[in-house]
Amino acid sequence: MAKLARKVAIVGAGMSKFGQTFPLRRIPEHAVDAWLNAVKSVDNGIEPKNVDACYVGNYSADLFNHQGHLGPMISSLFGLNPKPAPRFEGACASSGVAFRQAIITIASGLMDVICVCGIEVMNEVPTSEVTDTLATASDATFEYTAGATFPGLYATLATAHMHKYGTTSEDLMRVGIKNHINGKENPFAQMQRTIKELMERKITKIKGAGGEVPDWKDELDFLKSRSNPTIAWPLRLFDCSLVTDGGAVLFLASEDVAKKFTDTPIWITGTGQGSAAMSMHDRETLSTLEATVEASRQAYIMSGLGPKDIQIAEVHDCFTIAEICAMEDLGFYEKGKAVEAIKNKESYRDGVKPINTSGGLKSKGHPVGATGAAQAVEIFKQMRGQAELNRQVKFDVERALTHNLGGSGGTCVVTIYEK
Amino acid sequence: MSENENEITVNNYLKYLSEGKLMGSKCKNCGHIDVPARKLCSKCLKPETEWNEMSGKGKLAAFSSIHVGTPYFERKGYGRKKPYIFSIIELDEGPMISAQLVGVDELHPELIKVGTPVKVKFLNVQVEGLPEKVDLGFEPA
Repeated sequence: MAKLARKVAIVGAGMSKFGQTFPLRRIPEHAVDAWLNAVKSVDNGIEPKNVDACYVGNYSADLFNHQGHLGPMISSLFGLNPKPAPRFEGACASSGVAFRQAIITIASGLMDVICVCGIEVMNEVPTSEVTDTLATASDATFEYTAGATFPGLYATLATAHMHKYGTTSEDLMRVGIKNHINGKENPFAQMQRTIKELMERKITKIKGAGGEVPDWKDELDFLKSRSNPTIAWPLRLFDCSLVTDGGAVLFLASEDVAKKFTDTPIWITGTGQGSAAMSMHDRETLSTLEATVEASRQAYIMSGLGPKDIQIAEVHDCFTIAEICAMEDLGFYEKGKAVEAIKNKESYRDGVKPINTSGGLKSKGHPVGATGAAQAVEIFKQMRGQAELNRQVKFDVERALTHNLGGSGGTCVVTIYEK
Repeated sequence: MSENENEITVNNYLKYLSEGKLMGSKCKNCGHIDVPARKLCSKCLKPETEWNEMSGKGKLAAFSSIHVGTPYFERKGYGRKKPYIFSIIELDEGPMISAQLVGVDELHPELIKVGTPVKVKFLNVQVEGLPEKVDLGFEPA
């Protein structure tokens, strides 16, 4: 095992502007915005007749929008009928799974060009229903009845990590601060603001209302205040990703046709997928996500690269603790050592290993089924020197990685990219 | 009607729970214990397991004090002002299980320590509009 039968590249990638957009922008608008931006990114142009199939990643339009059968719904918007239009589900890794299956299909020789669309519109239902819908990615009989919410499951992971490695709440907060600094530079992000800006806005608001001005010295003070309420201790509001509506589209092509579309394709040289018991209590360990370890092991073997070779990465920061865990479980840092690297700003945009230059799920937003594809959009832009505003890293990116998690770590997809 | 009324099923596990019994399964082939009970042993994968009652003793492996809870827990009266503890308990017999942790100060989770010895407490749930049932809970031993 371990090698693709022929090479596969991304030749185009685009996303919609993420946000809380329902009812103004729903599934069709996000899908079409992403499609148009992806088409625009293909240097020599692409048309529906060039595309052999539409692979859709979506977690739960069924519960968010009372809408199933998204494959043909999306493909008809793009003019891709009567070509195959399957839908893939892997909780928050749904479009990561769709992306990987498209890679495997092309590598097999069955098809040459596939459009991958990740899509989720979550704001059609109130927050409590969002929480309940997300909770269906955990065990309904044994975790839900014990009170598990998604923030609660990752908070549980956090207390296990804190107990074992001495991680602190401040360490978690630093992840969010960094990701918002990146998200400010992403015009497609849901919260295009730094936490410092949000803090200053809050101070102005309090002043305007004639209240007592808080004595916050910096973002950490603000994040430790009542303005950042606890959701699931030790996780507070700013440790959690956002409830987002959004879509992302990728065009994948075989080595036989990729150069027809662009002179600078981004090659997929490694793909891996791992699994773990859906319930956290059924796993051997709580502070390591074994699905990440397995998915990255496969991807590293396939690419012949190791964690040290990866220059930038988009990792699945659905909660701040998840970014810390990913940095360790992907092998970038030893267990318990990621927090020191974050303190030293190694994962900042101008650090030695930038992580989540897009703003991550924290600031860019997390339309769950669209996230895996949206991570690839950021890598495609960074590797081609096309990241907007002041977000482009200052070195030439030759090797990058994305890490997409489903549920509390039951599913993981890791992808490695090279020029 | 199932062929064997005492078959290892989710329904029978929940029935035992409602009678105040935390039941796992023990594999006749390799001796491994699973909680909740499983028909296929998670270790050797042989369908040779039998019911095995747990002592109900264990220690706290990880937890969270949940301020924004599930609609189910909101119906049970929990919320921002009255958070609850979701926990993972490592049983003395080895396996881990998710449960509510009670008998602790939910508003001061920083005082709750991973590793604390706990014992089972069956929680009678009476929520309007839902049938009466028992949820699995633990409290400090």
